[in-house]
Amino acid sequence: MTMKNIQVFDPALCCSTGVCGVDVDQALVSFSADVAWARLNGARIERFNLARQPMAFVENSAVKGFLERSGEEALPLILVDGEVALAGRYPNRTELARWAGITQTVTEAKAAGSCCSGSKCC
Amino acid sequence: MRFLEQPPRFLFFTGKGGVGKTSIACATAVQLADAGRRVLLVSTDPASNVGQVFGLRIGNSITAIPAVSRLSALEIDPQAAAQAYRDRIVGPVRGVLPEATVKGIEEQLSGACTTEIAAFDEFTALLTGGSLTAGYDHIVFDTAPTGHTIRLLQLPGAWSGFLEEGKGDASCPGPLAGLEKQRAQYREAVEALADPHRSRLILVARAQQSTLREVARTHEELARIGLSQQYLVINGVLPGSEATLDPLAAAICTREQAALSSLPDVLKALPCDRIALKPFNLVGLSTLRQFFTETVTRDVTAEDTPFTLKTPSLPALVDVIAADKHGLVMLMGKGGVGKTTLAAVAVELARRGLPVHLTTSDPAANISDTLNGSMENLVVSRIDPHAETERYRKHVLDTKGADLDAAGGALLEEDLRSPCTEEIAVFQAFSRIIREAGQKFVVMDTAPTGHTLLLLDATGGYHREIMRQAADKKMHVTTPMMRLQDEKQTKILLVTLAETTPVLEAAGLQADLRRAGIEPWAWIINNSVAAAHPLSPLLRQRAQNELREIEAVASHHAHRYAVVPMLREEPVGVAHLRELSDHPATADCV
Repeated sequence: MTMKNIQVFDPALCCSTGVCGVDVDQALVSFSADVAWARLNGARIERFNLARQPMAFVENSAVKGFLERSGEEALPLILVDGEVALAGRYPNRTELARWAGITQTVTEAKAAGSCCSGSKCC
Repeated sequence: MRFLEQPPRFLFFTGKGGVGKTSIACATAVQLADAGRRVLLVSTDPASNVGQVFGLRIGNSITAIPAVSRLSALEIDPQAAAQAYRDRIVGPVRGVLPEATVKGIEEQLSGACTTEIAAFDEFTALLTGGSLTAGYDHIVFDTAPTGHTIRLLQLPGAWSGFLEEGKGDASCPGPLAGLEKQRAQYREAVEALADPHRSRLILVARAQQSTLREVARTHEELARIGLSQQYLVINGVLPGSEATLDPLAAAICTREQAALSSLPDVLKALPCDRIALKPFNLVGLSTLRQFFTETVTRDVTAEDTPFTLKTPSLPALVDVIAADKHGLVMLMGKGGVGKTTLAAVAVELARRGLPVHLTTSDPAANISDTLNGSMENLVVSRIDPHAETERYRKHVLDTKGADLDAAGGALLEEDLRSPCTEEIAVFQAFSRIIREAGQKFVVMDTAPTGHTLLLLDATGGYHREIMRQAADKKMHVTTPMMRLQDEKQTKILLVTLAETTPVLEAAGLQADLRRAGIEPWAWIINNSVAAAHPLSPLLRQRAQNELREIEAVASHHAHRYAVVPMLREEPVGVAHLRELSDHPATADCV
């Protein structure tokens, strides 16, 4: 099975972890952890920050069209092999695993210990 | 001077604005060049008076100084560097992405961190060898990167994937994306900085307790990342000989000696030099060459020039504030606002029979302790910014950071050490008290920068949070941003000193607030020697030098302003603070 290419288009973030806010965005912090986990399991994930790499948003017609239509408040946008897979929220660990083709046994073993990164709760 | 003994190749001077870093860096460069070394002087001073000192335009390229053999200089404007960095990122998408999106991106890139990183970007080439600096024995910088910047550059997580794969293929939105050079070059620059055989960091302070405490913190922060072999220079110490001539000078001498004898422990171990207060500002080569010597040729004519200072006093400003009967008064200034000014505003309001809550982030408790309960209508509270920031950091790391891997955790931890985080943590701690401003006066010694406010407003998180709370309590809805923009509800007083760099820094804060639609209501010039009727010749010459800066504030920067004189004694207690207010700010020094 060929590894799919996952591209994440983040909204404009000042600090990469998004701590510049009244409250730290748990989704963002958890997602960073999930990305790290998925990469360890061989996933190919690219992330683009609107504030740092706006050209990446302009050069991809799907992303550019999405921004024009729905505005930056509709980010994040996730493409899998160039096609829209999810918009408006970050994927959870199960979704990442499905797209990346990571086997479920590994997923469950890892996700069990961490409540918020899994799919069931929070 | 001990900091000049066996100097390594790179010398960095660090300290808060107005302590004299640029003067000392210039004098150091001249001394080294006079001793036969080939020297490059690098200045990031926004006042950029280095060119003026040597009588030529320098600017952003290395320029030989004809008046001093073997000396060249270079001026880096950190704001311009940050603008260039922003343009590199935003330029290509202007007119392509929606206007609002472009504006949002620009604001994200307008914080203090961006300016620092962009300035470091400019330093990198100077620190990593190459043909540009090959001909110089010494490179003298009038600034140094902060611990935050250095640590960020050292973190693998901050870079993750960026540039190393060769095609700018960022796999993670690291904060350092958009930098021009290769990561290896930054690593080399940080290594050069941390190597005591190549670099010396010189902490510059004044003989004031608050400044020395701040320098002690800088030292500890740098020591934690391995830059432990620093030097300490205490600049502008008033010579004891002046004390016999003037009660004000005598009081300053006593205060300074007390600060020096109770030097924070971590600083006691450092090699230390003291430089006497000079009657002149940096105005030419001959004065520069006398900078490290004790005896100085005085400009007698300038000492005897009579001058008249007619400036508005603090009570006049407070009269206008008091007319509103309640509201939020925020005093704001880079490097602290001075607890005296803060307390004086609160006491002035309270003595007019108005209820006042004074809340301070000043680490020294004495003034709040003395004032609390000592006056009807006046309540005093204190928050510890370091404790608040620590609590906020710990909370975020424990709750939100629990699942992160090592690299992610390290990056989150570093992001939580940014200046913005401290600002947010402190502002949050104050925000509960701010709500009281509907019924009484709340006077506080901190305010968030425009950048932070815009980010909070843009993310909408804060706005939503307030709306939710308001809905719960069925209150009339006002977001903090709206409250801060309304002059009737909030008055921001910018506090500065009558010196070049502090005035420029205050102007920078003002520009930042204006970006967020907030107009500072007034400026306060604190600790003015000119307003204190000095008799000592040295202090009188300092007073002369202040006039130009006071004039710049009055006619250029401020809608309204007041001048607070330098005091003989630190006013602790209500009686002394009233004395301060009764003190006429109109003085004829003839």
